[in-house]
Amino acid sequence: MSPLPEANDFFGWVAWILEEYSGMLLAGAWKTMVIAVIATAIGCLIGFAVGIVQTIPANRRENPVRWFIVGLAKLIMNIYVEVFRGTPMMVQAAFIYYGAAMLFNLHMETFRAALLIVSINTGAYMAETVRGGILSIDPGQTEGAMAIGMNHMQTMTNVILPQALRNIMPQIGNNLIINIKDTCVLSIIGVVELFYNVKSITGATYAFFPAYTIAMVLYFILTFTCSRILRAMEDKMAGPDSYDLAMTDMLLGEGTMRIKPNRAETNADYRAHKEHGRDIGSREGGTD
Amino acid sequence: MAEVIIQVQHLSKTFGTNTVLRDMDFTVSEGDVTCIIGSSGSGKSTLLRCINLLERPTTGEILFHGVPINAKGSDANAYRAKVGMVFQSFNLFNNMTVLENCMVGPIKVLKKDPEQVRQTALRFLEKVGMAPYINAKPRQLSGGMKQRVAIARALTMEPEVLLFDEPTSALDPQMVGEVLTVMRQLASEGLTMIVVTHEMAFARDVSSHVVYMSDGVICEEGTSQQIFENPQNLRTREFLSRFTNR
Repeated sequence: MSPLPEANDFFGWVAWILEEYSGMLLAGAWKTMVIAVIATAIGCLIGFAVGIVQTIPANRRENPVRWFIVGLAKLIMNIYVEVFRGTPMMVQAAFIYYGAAMLFNLHMETFRAALLIVSINTGAYMAETVRGGILSIDPGQTEGAMAIGMNHMQTMTNVILPQALRNIMPQIGNNLIINIKDTCVLSIIGVVELFYNVKSITGATYAFFPAYTIAMVLYFILTFTCSRILRAMEDKMAGPDSYDLAMTDMLLGEGTMRIKPNRAETNADYRAHKEHGRDIGSREGGTD
Repeated sequence: MAEVIIQVQHLSKTFGTNTVLRDMDFTVSEGDVTCIIGSSGSGKSTLLRCINLLERPTTGEILFHGVPINAKGSDANAYRAKVGMVFQSFNLFNNMTVLENCMVGPIKVLKKDPEQVRQTALRFLEKVGMAPYINAKPRQLSGGMKQRVAIARALTMEPEVLLFDEPTSALDPQMVGEVLTVMRQLASEGLTMIVVTHEMAFARDVSSHVVYMSDGVICEEGTSQQIFENPQNLRTREFLSRFTNR
């Protein structure tokens, strides 16, 4: 171990902590990222499933049995969403972790418990986001899909969700960033992530300010990197602005060119026409 | 006599307390081009949407080849796959290219072989003059182009009947022309069509059967000649005079 810095030597302490505990900090940051990314992904899947169920149309008069089943499913989903949005994740973590141990004698590994808790919490938020995303799509899209005979599931997976997904990408990014930060509440059930390790370091060194400064910087690096990556993904999903005309006739096979349309008049042609009083057609016609 | 495809019997539709269709009777045979004309709010579009079950009829029956399709337990999706629809607002799938728009229905709904569907789609896109644009997304096309793609998409399903819900009402005059040209061609090839339209010249020249609707009832129906040259009903005469005097 290198010698301890003076008590008020801030940069000395930062350098010392980085030197002594870099492995612990990186391991914590890695664990935080793994939990945040996997739980956000699972949360999105839960959100999509709940969102699809919540938008199933059901008419009581037409099909009462279906109406009852769909209605019951929607009720359960609503309770799930309201309960997990309406309570703190820190309390949920303790409730589920200790509850499983006491009631079902199920002693979860903390990492798995962390994934479970963050996933269902994200799912509750994503369900509302997905529902909003689905509602934001023009009803004409659904009618177009129904008119060619697609059922609700086909309409959703082929037409509505791909468009809704694009619209809610910013919100998914938001959730990922929130999850990166909020994994720190999992320290209550002893998940060894970034915040837990920083707390351990302060416990050993009493260098609170230098340690938490490092934590601030690390969390910011994680979230900022993610937000940039997600922005790039959004741009990619928007697709190219231009498209290629298919000039070969695909029915006749390669090599048979479609007849090109007449050379288009350009604005330059129009200007020339105005300046010289020439007829636009005369350039090609030759006469007149 | 050609085979009867669609039979509408005693069809009524109410939205809340507002009755839009009252006890409609209406028959479409194979090869018919039926134009439904009438002022806005007369229930034309609602009738068409009922025929495609986008709206559920309140009472009455719709028979497709003699089989009721709005009864409990009948498969609305399978029926819709056989009856195509072209909308006023196009309703192309924004997340797909022109070619994908045409191919998704036959592949996902009819479970046809993708390569075969591709050939069919290209054939119909060629027919409506949109073959060069197969890689474009709907947002990159003009209204007339979108509507022609929408027609190709409906045709690629190879429907028995094609419904048009005011297909040119959202278009400027030049685009109206390009869409109507396609529709005229389809009519001349014997496709069974039901067209709700405000294009009177099209209705007069193309349709084999014209239905004039007013206030949710059929005021008068007959051949194009009967309706346009010698309307019997006073309201029909009044409605058409505004068109002929234009």
